Amino acid sequence: MDLFEYQAKELFAEYGVPVPKDKVANTADEAREIATAFAGDGIPQVVVKAQVKTGGRGKAGGVKLADSPADAFDKAQRIIGMDIKGHTVHRVLIAEATDIKSEYYLSFLLDRANRTFLSICSVEGGVEIEEVAHTNPDAIARIPIDPLTGVDHAKALEIVRAGRIPAEAEEGAAVLAERLWAMFTDEDATLAEVNPVVLTPDGKVLALDGKVTIDDNAAFRQEHDRFADIASTDPIEARAKEKHLNYVKLEGEVGIIGNGAGLVMSTLDVVAYAGEEFGGVRPANFLDIGGGASAEVMANGLEIVLSDPAVTSVFVNVFGGITACDAVANGIVSAVALLAERGEAVNRPIVVRLDGNKAAEGRQILRDAALAIVEQVDTMDGAAKRAAELASAAKGA
Amino acid sequence: MTVAIFLTGQSRILVQGITGSEGRKHGARMLAAGSKVVGGTNPKKAGQTISLNDTEVPVFGTVSETIAATGADVSVIFVPPAFTKGAVIEAIDAEIPLAIVITEGIPVHDTAEFWAYAKSKGNKTRIVGPNCPGLASPGKSNAGIIPADITSEGRIGLVSKSGTLTYQMMYELRDIGFSTAVGIGGDPIIGTTHIDALAAFQADPETEAIVMIGEIGGDAEERAAAFISENVTKPVVGYVAGFTAPEGKTMGHAGAIISGSAGTAQAKKEALEKAGVRVGKTPSETAALIRQVITGR
Repeated sequence: MDLFEYQAKELFAEYGVPVPKDKVANTADEAREIATAFAGDGIPQVVVKAQVKTGGRGKAGGVKLADSPADAFDKAQRIIGMDIKGHTVHRVLIAEATDIKSEYYLSFLLDRANRTFLSICSVEGGVEIEEVAHTNPDAIARIPIDPLTGVDHAKALEIVRAGRIPAEAEEGAAVLAERLWAMFTDEDATLAEVNPVVLTPDGKVLALDGKVTIDDNAAFRQEHDRFADIASTDPIEARAKEKHLNYVKLEGEVGIIGNGAGLVMSTLDVVAYAGEEFGGVRPANFLDIGGGASAEVMANGLEIVLSDPAVTSVFVNVFGGITACDAVANGIVSAVALLAERGEAVNRPIVVRLDGNKAAEGRQILRDAALAIVEQVDTMDGAAKRAAELASAAKGA
Repeated sequence: MTVAIFLTGQSRILVQGITGSEGRKHGARMLAAGSKVVGGTNPKKAGQTISLNDTEVPVFGTVSETIAATGADVSVIFVPPAFTKGAVIEAIDAEIPLAIVITEGIPVHDTAEFWAYAKSKGNKTRIVGPNCPGLASPGKSNAGIIPADITSEGRIGLVSKSGTLTYQMMYELRDIGFSTAVGIGGDPIIGTTHIDALAAFQADPETEAIVMIGEIGGDAEERAAAFISENVTKPVVGYVAGFTAPEGKTMGHAGAIISGSAGTAQAKKEALEKAGVRVGKTPSETAALIRQVITGR
């Protein structure tokens, strides 16, 4: 899960990573109140920053300086509701305006290729690091971090020196790095990026912006539910999550249910290829029901997929490995009955492809059940084609 | 002479977490497939036995004790995510040659730690996974959760990030058969990579051709492509899943995510093709390509 800047900064503050004074506002009125309170504390100028999980906010006009509480209200009013690269701004961060002498870059991240962690540090901050990598690659230092020893003060100094951060900011940047690493490990982050790290004219080093990604697999030992972005979550994805289903909403018409992440990804691709022949219909979702595929899970899956009004046909693609296809077929039959009992309209065609362990038995069960909406095709490619064809026909109708 | 890779008919398997529901279920399946499951661990049930398909399998307190008593040389790990790091470190400390981590949902910081630990101990333990289906050398041994009865012994070597796509491929090519199928797992950090398996298949006289299955996320496939150009003379056929996956969304596997423009299926396909690997558009086209390679000569 990617965090908003204000959430990242909340974590920074918890771990003593120095940040400018700030507070999040959901409305322009709140922005004015916060700016008023800040002015009372001797902070006359604030920055109003759009909270969206994408880069390039400044260029899009989502970050503005405000000279007074009234100005903060105006700027917040303009920014809230703005669309930045497809992300709607629902709130703004009101932050103390900081005088900047220099800007640097610092991050910790997962290094998949080397199966370890990496720190990236550069004396050139405030622009996207990819851009620096392009224009001035020598200005970027990449320092591998041993997960067993981590980042102590000496290692932190090694990082900032490698990034050629000047002597006047060295100690402050090293302290920041050390604390940022503590946050990175204790919070199970896979990315903690500060861009820019700033040096103020009075010699302080601060994290002016922050980007953090946390590992969803660590949810069992973290308290990260508070960061969930319910407002921006697709409602179908949210309901799928409640039912412990691995569902991702896409933009197409063919609902997809399968077992195993790789097979489901592959199913999306095969449906998209098949759809090229049928008016460009595309997969409507990713849904992996896993190895178990009980009738209940199948029913929940079908319900979720069919709750997407864009879906005009469904493709159930199951390879029976450990799960036998007869169990899956029984699951489909019970699922359709269960949905009817729940009063759900199961009125769109379902193309089923069963293969592997006990495929013949599974196919027979579906034939015997003779459900009007269920059609079987024996191969994955053939079934994808049929599902695309049905989706296209229904769409045209 | 090597027979199959990593896992042979002589492999003696222990199960960490043998008394849990997954450990019991798959322990029994492995035995039924003809694997030598010689013991398992559960510190609380040390000294007891557990009945798997009417075979009484001894339970020990630690991996070291199991090895000492049974000569086990492979561990299959089924313990829950919160305890997996400890289990893998125990396996590394016991210097077992092969540890297969089936568990899904392990925090990546834990994996990074046990990988670093294995490295600090001189990599005496080959780690496969986590979040993988394990290894199957049909007709010889089966260590993990790959169904044993969907394929046959043969000359294709298979390495894959995905479990079900592995099964699908093994099933479609069951008449030709496999030397070994290696499920390397779908997590961002894994112990054994495509490259490790490719190197082993290249060296294995029983493997005639290789199928390599990848998916979106990271650059493991690109690195494997570079390795193939330099080191693999046997024919390799590839498949990559996730062409339609959107940017920034995790597609089931923790590692299956396109970040910015990095980790796309298209880039992986292009890298593989540049290395002379024929890449199938669908799983069945991929199966057809390997069939051509094997039967066409």
